[in-house]
Amino acid sequence: MDDRITPVTMPKWGLSMKTGRITDWLAAPGDEVAEGDGLAEIDTDKIAGTLEAPAGGVLRAIVAEAGGDAPVGCAVALLAPGDVPQEEIAAAVAEARELLARGQPAEPDGTGPATGAVDVAGRSLAYATEGDGPETVVLVHGFGGDKDSWLFVRTPLAARHTVYALDLPGHGDSVKDVGDGGLVVLADAVTGFLDVLGLDRVHLVGHSLGGAVAGAVAGQVPGRVRSLTLVAPAGYGPELDSGYLRGFAGARTRRELKPHLAKLFADGDRVTRQLVDDLLRYKRLDGVAEALAALVPTVEALDLARTPLDVPLRVVWGGADRVIPASNRRSLEGRAREVRVVEGAGHMVHMEAPGEVTQLIERAVTG
Amino acid sequence: MSRNITYREAINEALVQEMERDPSVVVLGEDNAGGAGAPGESDAWGGVLGVTKGLQPRFPDRVLDTPISESAFIGAAIGAATRGLRPVAELMFIDFMGVCLDQIFNQAAKFRYMFGGRAVTPVVIRTMYGAGLRAAAQHSQSLYPVFTSVPGLKVALPSSPYEAKGLLVQAIRDDDPVIFCEHKALYDTVGEVPAESYAIPFGEAQIVREGGDVTIVALGRMVSVAVEAADELAASGVRCEIVDPRTTSPLDEDTILESVEHTGRLVVVDEAGPRCGTAADIAALVAGKAFGALRAPVGTVTPPHTPVPFSPPLEDLYVPDATRVAAAVKSVLDWKA
Repeated sequence: MDDRITPVTMPKWGLSMKTGRITDWLAAPGDEVAEGDGLAEIDTDKIAGTLEAPAGGVLRAIVAEAGGDAPVGCAVALLAPGDVPQEEIAAAVAEARELLARGQPAEPDGTGPATGAVDVAGRSLAYATEGDGPETVVLVHGFGGDKDSWLFVRTPLAARHTVYALDLPGHGDSVKDVGDGGLVVLADAVTGFLDVLGLDRVHLVGHSLGGAVAGAVAGQVPGRVRSLTLVAPAGYGPELDSGYLRGFAGARTRRELKPHLAKLFADGDRVTRQLVDDLLRYKRLDGVAEALAALVPTVEALDLARTPLDVPLRVVWGGADRVIPASNRRSLEGRAREVRVVEGAGHMVHMEAPGEVTQLIERAVTG
Repeated sequence: MSRNITYREAINEALVQEMERDPSVVVLGEDNAGGAGAPGESDAWGGVLGVTKGLQPRFPDRVLDTPISESAFIGAAIGAATRGLRPVAELMFIDFMGVCLDQIFNQAAKFRYMFGGRAVTPVVIRTMYGAGLRAAAQHSQSLYPVFTSVPGLKVALPSSPYEAKGLLVQAIRDDDPVIFCEHKALYDTVGEVPAESYAIPFGEAQIVREGGDVTIVALGRMVSVAVEAADELAASGVRCEIVDPRTTSPLDEDTILESVEHTGRLVVVDEAGPRCGTAADIAALVAGKAFGALRAPVGTVTPPHTPVPFSPPLEDLYVPDATRVAAAVKSVLDWKA
């Protein structure tokens, strides 16, 4: 196959994902696309998301039509510059369709994220890691989230870097005890995580509460943080929807939780049955209700706007963020090398516009 | 962290974790401790199907064997509950509940009410129900509607390993008597279950699948039958919403009503009989509170009003299957006034 042809493959969003269904193509053959442009809507039994162009070029052919299932790793479309001859594209399509018809995943065993846990001062912290590039990126999720909140940016980043996404105390598969719930507890956990895994010089990325945590880590050990990327961070600026925090922490049932989750996204359809279900499963675990209750006052009291940050800083916000509005970015303008606002994305900007967030992190890594 | 374990293992894990967490939790029943100490045995039999295996060596003083007298040990469990323990009694088959109904209906279910809220009875009665194991009419019934009808009792019907663990943890922590109904054909089913402990609140239905054409309310083992039917129907473009109430008392009326308001059609699938059963109960609920949303009469899929047959071909006809559920859905969809 002509090496100018880039196959667009079915992504692997989570360990259990084997196939995905293309519900809609957002681009048509012949369209010029840029890296990160949305190409198709993908649905799995766990999650729905947008498949983004892995590179720029012309969408030359669609291999898997809307409504069809494709195994992870299978080519579902082909990108190539306009001057690659049509015969070559046709041959590549035929080859890809044959693989698709056999239902054969192009994915060799052992790829995708590995999960593990480390002991930090007697407390277990879980993480996922992907990729083996020379630079290390560490992703820190927000209040009520976990390492899989980063699914859509983790895998693209792992193509070039070593990526770690950890579960903060009180979250995911990590210890549920958060002590007094103070920011220091969480920041110490992240610093301890870097110590135990021997990660000396990392690019830190934090979303929401994780942004405050990442900022605190950068303040504690600036020499170990090569760059800091804050994604809709908490604590930098005056605005915060406390109703969301308290509502999320207090909700016990699907009917109570679902209206709060709608605030996280610009597009309410992102709140799928599976998302609500996964969050309820997390919230029902022993110790989680106590952990979230302890963290709420911490998040509400965060005031980091004047805390020094002696590391290269980049900031990204969703223009339609209803939990921590993008107007908070003003406190970081002038301190950051770049402040980006993604229109049409909400608080979960890394889920709604993962390409934009990935590219910003790439710029942070390459400096 | 979640991993795949069986329904049987999920129940066992809930018992172990609650016994570790709370020293007032005790387990009693027939053969729960029996077999321990016999030559060559390091464990007890763990009940008739081995669900409590491993508990006796771990908690030798808190796993008690009982005589084959249900009225005696259910009474003992209820009495102990009123005095500060949290007993989990294993009553082999729900079919045998009849001999201890006074203890359950007239004592356990009434204490909180009749003593003005000053008494609690945190007892769990774990019991097997359901047909499909060629166990004949006295060991195959689905009698949970009997207990659902008695105020003061809570009734849980786990449909999967995840539900089994979380509902049993909630049952043990609950201050009211709980009849915990385990389907004997589900013990070897496998599903994703967190290793950590968690409680699923009672009275919260699970939406197993979303769909806009018809609501299927299914209970216990019938949830997987409904899913099979929904898969078949999906091939012809019919999208079913499947609701698993998880507990029949309390019942999550709101989720059922909201779903029917969305789809306009309802089929209830229940392994209990057609008379005075859960299907009739839910059909009445929807007819009374969501009549305006209904675009067709409520469909019900239940066994016939007969004892469970011993003859294997007859037993297979008796238990609702996916073909019958799919046919009921189609007839609701095709209905014309």
